[in-house]
Amino acid sequence: MLLQTQIWLNEMDKKISGLAKKFQSPDFYSNIQTEGSSYKLLPFNFERVKGDYLLTNEVGEYVRLKEEELTAFVHQRLDTSSKSYAALKSRHFLYEAGEESPIDLLSLKLRTKHSVYRQFTSLHIFVVSLRCDYSCPYCQVSRKKEAASEYDMDEATALRSLDFVFRTPSEYIKIEFQGGEPLLNWEMIKFIVIEAEKINKIEGRNLAFVIATNLTLVNDEILEFCYQHNILVSTSLDGPSEIHDRNRPRPGKDGHEIVRRNIEKVRSRLGPDKISALMTTSELSLSSSNEIIDEYLDAGFNGIFLRPLSPYGFAIKTHQIEKYDFERFFEFYKESLGYIFKINESGVTFTEEYTSLILRKIFQSYPTGYVDLQSPAGAGLSAIVFNYDGDVYASDESRMLAEMEDKRFKLGNILTDSYETIFLESGLLDVIENSLTDSMPGCYQCAYKPFCGSDPVYHYATQKDFVGHKAFSSFCVKTKSIVNYLLDIMENDPVRRNILQSWI
Amino acid sequence: MIKLYSKECRFYNWEESPEPIILSVTENPHLPRVLAKKYAIVLDNVNDYPEDILSGYAAILSRQSIQDVRLSKFISLDPEFSYIKNGDVIRINAYANEIRVLFRVDSDHNSLLVTERCNSFCLMCSQPPRNVDDSYLIKDACDAIKCMPRSATSLGITGGEPTLLDDGFLEIVQAASSYLPETYLHILTNGRSFSDRANSRALKRIKHPNLMLGIPLYSDLSEQHDFIVQAKNAFEETIKGILNLRRDGVRVELRVVIHKQTYSRLPDLARFIARNLAFVEHVAFMGLELTGFTKANFKALWIDPHDYRNELDQACRILQASRVKTMIYNHQLCLLSEYSREFSVNSISDWKNEYLEKCTPCMRKNECGGFFSTGFSLTKTSDFIKPFMELEKMIPVKEIC
Repeated sequence: MLLQTQIWLNEMDKKISGLAKKFQSPDFYSNIQTEGSSYKLLPFNFERVKGDYLLTNEVGEYVRLKEEELTAFVHQRLDTSSKSYAALKSRHFLYEAGEESPIDLLSLKLRTKHSVYRQFTSLHIFVVSLRCDYSCPYCQVSRKKEAASEYDMDEATALRSLDFVFRTPSEYIKIEFQGGEPLLNWEMIKFIVIEAEKINKIEGRNLAFVIATNLTLVNDEILEFCYQHNILVSTSLDGPSEIHDRNRPRPGKDGHEIVRRNIEKVRSRLGPDKISALMTTSELSLSSSNEIIDEYLDAGFNGIFLRPLSPYGFAIKTHQIEKYDFERFFEFYKESLGYIFKINESGVTFTEEYTSLILRKIFQSYPTGYVDLQSPAGAGLSAIVFNYDGDVYASDESRMLAEMEDKRFKLGNILTDSYETIFLESGLLDVIENSLTDSMPGCYQCAYKPFCGSDPVYHYATQKDFVGHKAFSSFCVKTKSIVNYLLDIMENDPVRRNILQSWI
Repeated sequence: MIKLYSKECRFYNWEESPEPIILSVTENPHLPRVLAKKYAIVLDNVNDYPEDILSGYAAILSRQSIQDVRLSKFISLDPEFSYIKNGDVIRINAYANEIRVLFRVDSDHNSLLVTERCNSFCLMCSQPPRNVDDSYLIKDACDAIKCMPRSATSLGITGGEPTLLDDGFLEIVQAASSYLPETYLHILTNGRSFSDRANSRALKRIKHPNLMLGIPLYSDLSEQHDFIVQAKNAFEETIKGILNLRRDGVRVELRVVIHKQTYSRLPDLARFIARNLAFVEHVAFMGLELTGFTKANFKALWIDPHDYRNELDQACRILQASRVKTMIYNHQLCLLSEYSREFSVNSISDWKNEYLEKCTPCMRKNECGGFFSTGFSLTKTSDFIKPFMELEKMIPVKEIC
């Protein structure tokens, strides 16, 4: 057998191309070379980045080209045997005569990307109380003092809101309890959960509950109820006590100790996947990236969401928001990521959630469901807010703005307005129309469009205009800077690329 | 290598020119006569049983050869066929002195070849197509399916290109659906026929409860795929076919054979799949089987798997990042990167899976993909085969967290 193989190998060596006679060469199958036809362009945007050009198509695929390649490409002169041509063809920036699959696949991807709107509203936020035991200077919802019971939701409002919730055609319904501190109105949470489950016996939707709480009031009875009704818990953890307790003061100054103890308490009753934490970046946080991340590791989390302050509520009133700009946050973000990479390199998987979200937008066709980066905006379409007083808002940010006496995004009141009025006659459609990046100045031709969105509430809050001037928009700078930073790693750093890929 | 076809059996007392018959095998000599006539009985020693009991069976197979055979429809088996047992299915062609084993009850790798015709002409085809009228295989396949035990876990349909049988193809799937509803049916097809929506709809209408189509995709670039399958417009048709099957809810597995013409774009292909075809059930990266056309095109195709392990590693990572289930078939574990080893599956059909002598001391042989025993697959192997001498003492990262 060995000898036979050797003879045969020698025979093979004599053949020049290695192909037996009855087979055609690669040239025979090239559309361009056999038919002399040229390629046609598919829609794309581009932007100059560090001397090269970043090209993106409608669905977020990208290619980097040199200037002369870009020029040759758009003039249909690009060398069809080049690597860049292959990349442009594979990622649907061009198609060749006779090919239909590129258009079929591109439209499939576009439908997939927008499939989130097929479901319509899925996230329903119930502000069951605006009262809070904390007094955070950065509070974005402008909380009320603990004793002020007129800021609680009542049963009539809750029931009317639930009727509204089940009007959504969405198969998935998530009800999120927010505040203030929602556990200050625990009886109302229980009432809503039980009533929602009653309705759902007939509706049969995929129903889920979340409580966003500072955990101070968590006790065995609450946890038992959460366990029986499969309720998730989301809390706030800003870092070690030096940071957490200064960002989030409460009487007794023991917020950090309470939250850490109660995270474990929740975990021990509900299980490891039922609790998550969010951090808010204050000026104090900016110089302590490693300590904050260590705090999350120590508290048993395998990821963190690095979240800058939003321009609402006390964050504006107490001038917290002015204490740092995006540039400073971006430095903090990069420092944090550097440390997180080291943690991953040591063999421990730890994720930065915002990064993971952006990566999913860059490398997958599926929608992320993250309402802040959507076009059109998720306002009303993906999420809606029922305030304690029955007012309905298009998003969490809208009610934050309303607590600052600007009710521009109030859609109506649950006790007096119908579902139809709230969606069709409230001005919501106008807001949504003004959030379509495909038709918005500064966005429609932007190379970062597929990774971004346009938040009309944010731009209204910062520039008093739904659209805003994108050159002055931090929202815009944030997406661009982070995408560039991540693409740079994906292309030039194989070790960190593997880490980023594992987060997607 | 287990023999599935033999002309070395001796046939006694068969009528002049009988039609080929497909029969289930039994080892039970006490079957009621009304059932016995539907079976071939296999026994070590036929002399242990009275002639009138045995004469009720459709064929009598003896593992031992005997002198002076008076029984009719008697066959003295090729010694290599002594494994044939209760529950197997065989095709007896007494006219040509042939027996083919169509189904082995002890195997998870049973497949039926339903045509030798093909509309592609792949550079590395292990079963080179022949343009012959083999439409009799349709009835054979349906008959064989009816003989198989309902408890069969899986069954493969292969060719040639099975869909070229048109209605015959649907008949076979229908037979499997009706007679083996619990059996996983895996069909190897180039998917091109399904570019016509009518064909994917017809397949959908059968409503086979556990069906998967294995469809090859060799490149993200149409001209490269077309070159490898030696058919213009094949990429277009295959992609359209996959999309139509998706619309009609038929599950698809993508198969990528890795060789010198495909390895360098593996990450690009993975990216293309992750972006465009992430809905497929899984992607299988497959090693080359050095038989059929691969022997003729050896120099154009052979690359040591060690030399493409980085590309394969990257491709796996890209697919994982998009949650596309990934498998590596036909690869020796020692040639894969540490990361990609976890995707390795021992997939070579049991009847043609072997190991080298130097693999004997290897501690991870049971996880290894092994070697094909066909063609030159065992004599031309990678230069980097190296047995694992001790189990790696790595703690999985998950446990650290």
